[in-house]
Amino acid sequence: MLREITIGQYYPVDSVLHRMDPRTKLFGTMVYIVSLFLADNVWCYLAAAVFLAAVIRLSHVPLSFMVRGLKAILFLLLISVSFNLFLTEGEELFRIWFLRVTREGVRMAGFMAVRLIFLVVGSSVMTLTTTPNQLTDGLEKSLGFLKKVRVPVHEMAMIMSIALRFIPILVEETDKIMKAQMARGADFESGGLVQKAKSMVPLLVPLFISAFRRATDLAMAMEARCYHGGEGRTRMKPLRYAGRDYAAYLTYAAYMGVMLALRTVF
Amino acid sequence: MGIIKASKLVFDYIRRDEEENIEETDRAIDGLSVDVEKGSFVAVLGHNGSGKSTLAKHINAILVPTEGTVWVSGMDTADESKVWEIRKGAGMVFQNPDNQIIGNVVEEDVGFGPENIGVPTDDIWKRVDESLKAVGMTAFRYKSPNKLSGGQKQRVAIAGVMAMRPECIVLDEPTAMLDPDGRKEVIRTVTELNRKEGITVILITHYMEEVIGADRVIVMDEGKIVMDGTPREVFSRVDELKEYRLDVPQVTELAYELRKGGADMPAGILSIDEFVESFMAAMGGTEA
Amino acid sequence: MAIKVEDLTYVYNAGTALEQKALDGVSFEIPDGQFVGLIGHTGSGKSTLIQHLNGLVKPTGGKIYYNGEDINGEGYSLRQLRSKVGLVFQYPEHQLFEVDVISDVCYGPRNLGLSEDEVRERAQAALRLVGMKEKYWDQSPFELSGGQKRRVAIAGVLAMNPEVLILDEPTAGLDPRGRDEILDQVRALHDARGMTIILVSHSMEDMARYAERLLVMNHGRKAFDGTPKEIFRHYRELEQMGLAAPQVTYVIHALRERGVELDEDITTVEEARDALLEALRTGRR
Repeated sequence: MLREITIGQYYPVDSVLHRMDPRTKLFGTMVYIVSLFLADNVWCYLAAAVFLAAVIRLSHVPLSFMVRGLKAILFLLLISVSFNLFLTEGEELFRIWFLRVTREGVRMAGFMAVRLIFLVVGSSVMTLTTTPNQLTDGLEKSLGFLKKVRVPVHEMAMIMSIALRFIPILVEETDKIMKAQMARGADFESGGLVQKAKSMVPLLVPLFISAFRRATDLAMAMEARCYHGGEGRTRMKPLRYAGRDYAAYLTYAAYMGVMLALRTVF
Repeated sequence: MGIIKASKLVFDYIRRDEEENIEETDRAIDGLSVDVEKGSFVAVLGHNGSGKSTLAKHINAILVPTEGTVWVSGMDTADESKVWEIRKGAGMVFQNPDNQIIGNVVEEDVGFGPENIGVPTDDIWKRVDESLKAVGMTAFRYKSPNKLSGGQKQRVAIAGVMAMRPECIVLDEPTAMLDPDGRKEVIRTVTELNRKEGITVILITHYMEEVIGADRVIVMDEGKIVMDGTPREVFSRVDELKEYRLDVPQVTELAYELRKGGADMPAGILSIDEFVESFMAAMGGTEA
Repeated sequence: MAIKVEDLTYVYNAGTALEQKALDGVSFEIPDGQFVGLIGHTGSGKSTLIQHLNGLVKPTGGKIYYNGEDINGEGYSLRQLRSKVGLVFQYPEHQLFEVDVISDVCYGPRNLGLSEDEVRERAQAALRLVGMKEKYWDQSPFELSGGQKRRVAIAGVLAMNPEVLILDEPTAGLDPRGRDEILDQVRALHDARGMTIILVSHSMEDMARYAERLLVMNHGRKAFDGTPKEIFRHYRELEQMGLAAPQVTYVIHALRERGVELDEDITTVEEARDALLEALRTGRR
């Protein structure tokens, strides 16, 4: 049943965003992140919020899925908020024991929290509307210029895509080996840290061997199917920009314009 | 010369130590010659370690001969400039269904081969459609390979090979890891490709039931061909097959045992119906 | 009796959209020393069932008793159970991890907390049981042939000194000789040591040859339970479950339909040979 796990968090519905070219979404996410770091007043954040809300609506993904990613950064969020809250110099509002809370601190902490939340939700929009494969394709194509400086972009994308295919298989295999060793009396739960680390050997060695065997098999299968690197390769699903992508780029420009204007005006 | 021809083929697996000195050589194929006719269905039998998989890997130029020569569609597999041409013409399906599927979606995996050989996009789609149809997997084209059964995965792998438009498919124990249903599914698919599309099939296996429909059965032992003939010819030599550590289907064995017991049964019976007819004839004989 | 399963139910992903009943009200008893074959189509629940028998999976409903004790009851030691009920997974050689054969086999008994002498003794005995010669003991298990690796892995479970041995398709991927060697060894364990055996296999021919009793699983339920001869009488129903009977069964039934007087319970080649030669001799219809 572990095979049911999907890697990434793609939410399969149909929307303009789902159909958009992955490169457009990647670029959009970058634009949005930059804009969050440019924002330095309430109006900027308001514009960012409106933009995000509009995009979420367009994506047809329920909001609950968007905020799910926040759980993972809750700890980070708390730390950065408290650092900003207590360590910013300025006009004192009140004091808890030796900790001074300043007006500037509250403002910074608030901005920091909003920035982090928007950042996480903003990038979830991308991962929720783009399959891992499309993302890999998009990255390969967008980073294509790096090939000129001999970065193996195609190979890296191929590795990512193969990893995506084999992670669920290896997860299932881990479960199987774990059970097999438990049937031989293994105990993966009790004991101290050292003991636990030791008990992992009978799990990790077979897993590593299996991964290696699969890699050898796969390399042979790929070669048998004439794979010889990215050169001379055609694509079954080449990335092509459509009208919606150009519209998106225009929207990005407009959004950046508004952001910069708000930054200078206020 | 047929589509595949091997002449005095020898292959040694060589193990070297750290200084690249030869530590051990293991002769997997020992002076084997064979000629396979285009469009035929050839089954290769043999126990583990008989050299049958090694032979298979020569047809796809994954291995090249230590001695002797292998020609595929007239091309010498040792000629490095022909490697991709050879692999395009002689596709290969391996044992483990998981370890040969590259794509995360069925149709993308089928398109992988054509992508590699630079087929234009529109043509790739056409080939993928045709190949999926040929193996009966069209309904699963948008699925993740992880959600398919073993037999279905092997059919996807076969489609992936078909999309290269090969003249010949080599299947290296494609059913060893499947359940009986999956096994039947794969054999049915391969047989159909051979009959309908005229693809030359080389099926490597140790399941006897799978070779009954073949045009020719080759038995290997210790890197040599020790038996070669139609299924009926090969299966009429039950004792010899057992010597080579192989099984025979129960009906074949039963008919053979009856013959030994003095019954008037023909040699090399392959199916239940055949057995029943022959036995009834023998019964009639005793009556008369 | 060694094992008693009562109304066993197991549900995957309970309460989610992916909810799926893997086992549905399965009950049976297996007395000490029986050789039981477990058959069923892929996904029929047999793998889930055997994992329950040594406590690797907790039932959603129902009880499992080993020697009268509820194995999921409070205070029951699962580790103790796993030493009594050995489970050999499919492709068990994939769990090998040690640098040499003997150390790998020692892993199980060592987990039981035995003294080092006893651990080695048991490992050596187990390796002898599976017919691994002494010259292999200090070799890396990864340099052995497929069949040998598998025997070492089975020895790894036998070294726990189980009373019950469960094997999940122990012959998968082996050639006919490898298959016969493994199954003959399993039969020897049963015959000589009185071990209870539960064998999962897809091969009806093997089942007819080795098992005393067959349990047939279908869609998470127990479909049939009886001797191989009884079970193979239902060959038409078995086919509907994606299973089959041995080829010999089909031959016998076809001949009976053509009027040849034969016992319908013939399931092996040897039995069929004798019966058919007899029929030819007497010419009886």
